[in-house]
Amino acid sequence: MHFDLTDQYRPRPSVVHHLDPRVKVVLALGFILAAGLTPIGAWSGFAALLILALAASLASRLGLTFALRRSYIALPFVLVALPLVFTIPGEIVYQTPLTGWTITAQGLDRFLSLILRSWIAIQAAILLVAVAPFPDVVWALGALRVPRLLVATIGFMYRYFFVLADETARMLRARTARSAEAQGRRKPSLLWQGGVAGAMVGSLFLRALERSERVHAAMLARGYNGQMPSLAHREMRRMDWLVLLAALLLLVGRLAWARLS
Amino acid sequence: MLAPLVRMHIPDGFLTPAISVIGWAIAVVLIVVALRRTRRQLDDRMVPMMGVLAAFLFAAQAINFPVAAGTSGHLIGAALAAIVMGPWAATLIMTAVLAVQGLLFQDGGLVVMGWNIVNMGAIAAFSGYLAYTLARRLGGESRAAVMAASFAAGWISVVVASLATAIELAASLTSPLVLAVAAMGSVHALIGVGEGVITAAAVGLLLTTRPGLLQSGATAPGGRTATVILVGLAAALLVAAFSPLASPSPDGLEAVAASQGFLGLGRSASYPILPDYTVPFVSHPALATIAAVMVGTLVVFGGAVIIGRLATRRKTADL
Repeated sequence: MHFDLTDQYRPRPSVVHHLDPRVKVVLALGFILAAGLTPIGAWSGFAALLILALAASLASRLGLTFALRRSYIALPFVLVALPLVFTIPGEIVYQTPLTGWTITAQGLDRFLSLILRSWIAIQAAILLVAVAPFPDVVWALGALRVPRLLVATIGFMYRYFFVLADETARMLRARTARSAEAQGRRKPSLLWQGGVAGAMVGSLFLRALERSERVHAAMLARGYNGQMPSLAHREMRRMDWLVLLAALLLLVGRLAWARLS
Repeated sequence: MLAPLVRMHIPDGFLTPAISVIGWAIAVVLIVVALRRTRRQLDDRMVPMMGVLAAFLFAAQAINFPVAAGTSGHLIGAALAAIVMGPWAATLIMTAVLAVQGLLFQDGGLVVMGWNIVNMGAIAAFSGYLAYTLARRLGGESRAAVMAASFAAGWISVVVASLATAIELAASLTSPLVLAVAAMGSVHALIGVGEGVITAAAVGLLLTTRPGLLQSGATAPGGRTATVILVGLAAALLVAAFSPLASPSPDGLEAVAASQGFLGLGRSASYPILPDYTVPFVSHPALATIAAVMVGTLVVFGGAVIIGRLATRRKTADL
């Protein structure tokens, strides 16, 4: 499986953990936008954002390298941007010996800046789910005016994702248990294997659909009328406003300085 | 090694903020319509059903089979969801999947999530649904015809979505248009085969066990408007693709920044040169690749129809 099934929340007694979830979501998005708006080649801007991310990690008592350790996830996507090194015209710094492709300084700048933007941005996303339990993040989305039905659906998905992942793991284990390799017999064709995988997907779909019907019936039995009631109620405290304003000012100020200086 | 490369989830930082905002604007409209239509289709079953099915799609991506050299075929699922639940419901399911993948597992960015929802949600669901309904109408109602139509739906949904991704990356000047389109298109033409096989086999199983389910998908809302929505999205993409080339400064903010000279130490910005440089040499091969993909789509689609016809005729001959 390509995902880590353990929950990403890391409880710590820190200031950051105690912030209102709305503040955490807004700041994470603001940070990612700031990374995207940092101009190509503004190395000091990237450094400042990186320091900010490390400081947030430290303030959350997660350790300096918490986000760094997991931030490689998006890096394979970098290959998409690699051709820029060759295609952007500019001052030539290197020529590959055999093919004669030229690497330009401008291409390198753009490529490195893209890597930095995405690498720094992803640290904010990692921190967000480490300092806020996922149900809180979902609640914050609803409080920030994301359509209620969509928020409820996302919340439901999170709740049943672990159930269905377990179901999938059982199916995969069963497939492995029945897939002994007989000596002297050829492996079944790819098409056959794909067909088996597809039939498993179909079977899992039916189980999920039937489960959703049971869930719906259980909800009706408990008085569900199409509205998702919630007891969660939070007020923004002075500390929340303070951190929100200070961090936003820092991001905007840093950006303005980078763009105007 | 290849597995993470072939994913279509764009991470943050690879699209410019301006283009990301456009993506969110399109996504918001699509989500609002999808919520309204699905609500009408499912009533108060909507939230639990969409939520559990989104969890299903996410979990089902773990059911894979080895294809070649470290790559494994697995499901994206928009086409399957669209075939069974209809395209609007599929868009909604994919939105939930992408939201959790992006938020919880950092698979795909947050600011660029709008485009991920448009690509892997709406574009994949509607193109897959359109291919499926058309191929079924032309090919016939036999089991083989339905499975062939499902294969075409799976393949086409993946390839079309990957092309859209490539165009957005190129519009952000993250990747040259011709290379992005060619690389994404050709890799996903292969991945699409896996998606097609899994989709076809899954639909085949549903056909055996719960044939009534596929009937409800056929009458789901969105079928009649599928073409309109696809054309609209394609037009939006074309505008996005050629906007950086048409204007001398692709990114307004960066152009201002460049003119103010902060880009540093005498290095002039490369954008003003780029449009003239790009248009004559690059756009033609890119268009050629897009044309090649369209031919491929027609071939896969035509093959599905022919197989369906043959199978349906043989079945009636048997009777």
